[in-house]
Amino acid sequence: MAEFEVPVLSIKNLNKQFGSGCPRCQDGESPSFVKNYCPICGTVYACRDVSFDVFPGEVLGIVGESGSGKSTLMQCLYFDQEVTAGEAYLADYHNGEKNLFQESSQQQRYIRNNIMGKVYQNPLLGLKMNFSSIGNIAEKLIAAGNQHVGMMENRGTELLNKVNIPVHRRKEAPKNFSGGMQQRVQIAKALSNRPPLLLLDEVTTGLDLSVQASVLDLIKSLQRELNISIVLVSHDLGVIRMLADRTLVMLEGRVIEQGLTDQILEDPQHPYTQQLVHSLL
Amino acid sequence: MNTAYNFAFFDEGSKREIRRATLKAIAIPGYQVPFASREMPIGRGWGTGGLQLTLSLIGKNDVLKVIDQGSDESVNAVNIKKLVSDTTGVATTDHTTEATLIQSRHRIPEVPLKKNQILILQVPLPEPLRYYEPSESETKKLHAEKEYSGAWLMLFEQIMKYGSMTTGADHPVLVHDRYVMAPSPIPRFDNPKMHESEALILLGAGREKKVYAVPPYTKVVSLDFEDYPFEPESFLDKHCRLCGSTGVFLDELVDEGTNETFYQCNDTSYCIETLNEVEPFGVK
Repeated sequence: MAEFEVPVLSIKNLNKQFGSGCPRCQDGESPSFVKNYCPICGTVYACRDVSFDVFPGEVLGIVGESGSGKSTLMQCLYFDQEVTAGEAYLADYHNGEKNLFQESSQQQRYIRNNIMGKVYQNPLLGLKMNFSSIGNIAEKLIAAGNQHVGMMENRGTELLNKVNIPVHRRKEAPKNFSGGMQQRVQIAKALSNRPPLLLLDEVTTGLDLSVQASVLDLIKSLQRELNISIVLVSHDLGVIRMLADRTLVMLEGRVIEQGLTDQILEDPQHPYTQQLVHSLL
Repeated sequence: MNTAYNFAFFDEGSKREIRRATLKAIAIPGYQVPFASREMPIGRGWGTGGLQLTLSLIGKNDVLKVIDQGSDESVNAVNIKKLVSDTTGVATTDHTTEATLIQSRHRIPEVPLKKNQILILQVPLPEPLRYYEPSESETKKLHAEKEYSGAWLMLFEQIMKYGSMTTGADHPVLVHDRYVMAPSPIPRFDNPKMHESEALILLGAGREKKVYAVPPYTKVVSLDFEDYPFEPESFLDKHCRLCGSTGVFLDELVDEGTNETFYQCNDTSYCIETLNEVEPFGVK
């Protein structure tokens, strides 16, 4: 049993602020705050004291309104942004004994390339639009140390098959693809080196309903098949309900409520969560 | 020699600044060192990077050779030679073995270089990752973190599109197991000559304001894949129609009248030297 209780990813007291802060808001709290913004010095406290664990094979959902710090949190996890303070530990990196945020940028790149995968809301950020789809997948494989073209081509083709991109279009550039297809290429790329942890940032936002459903189906089936852990950010409660085992609710940079997804949706405790759940159509 | 100019055209401060950048480049093989590229009496993109290196290094006892795509007599090579000899009075030569400084555009001479020689290559685009990442500040980070998947990705794309690596020239190399470097648009044929070269190789990009170097006896490996190894151009079964040489880089020429294809040494001074060696044994 003990083995199951070792988290894949463990985040402790993550803080991210944009701006230097002033004496009146140094502790991230001040009566004059407008939401999480200090009007005196203009500092935005995007993530305040966020802590959570992700366990093997678990899908952790993060919901919250726009500006609640969800995406900033994800960017910090993938080292796209530097954190102001906080710790992160990965079970697959030095047995979870090293704080990822303290590692050198080379090491952080190694972690991104080998232990994590990320799907961005905007495919422009996750893909090289002018390179072929299979090349995009190969990029991640090469970064993880692969040197064999035949092997990478096979792996890429296999993954594109899995995400339902027709084989004859695998050498086409993603710029020729529809939004849904681009998103699926991104998923294939993120999965290419079998990362134990996948970060999904609003993957279905902006896709039409049928494509949304197929992308969600795909994520669900891949997650079951490969038993990967997923951190899933969305402001769409439908997506969270369908995919997430456990859910965090964020507001103004803080985690205000967390628990099993059913519990959050059926019996919300915090007034904001109640409002969020009740506004579900 | 024109005495209206300082020796070697530049003022001493300018030469010192360029030499300082050069020293740094030699100390960090393959690393692109920024330098203050000067205005030159020739246009940027016409060899100003190489010319600035030549002018900063040349001394009274040097012998200069300038080649342009293998030719000693093309307009660009002749003009650069004229400018340097006019402002320094140093001797110029066509013979590779006699030269101490060799400025070259897009070729490494056929005659193996020695340790008393310096090869200066003119570089149009010093950044091997530029096509993959347009932003200079981003490519700097990639170099710093030794993140070169982009360089391999470009080769992978070529294999996907055309079935083989199609870099005709400027095939990227890994220098001293650290920096990926653009070897300037020399043909793949010349890439292996950089490996463990006895001569110091300097590369100057005037428009892009970068200097980089391959010090003598440095490991230089052309990028490739396990199942697609790097291969230089092959001229198997072909020889120069003038001097009969094989195993050198040959130009393919087509006679438009007869539609006949023939081959000729690209390195003109090598071709002439070979011809002169053969001649005494001839009937004449």
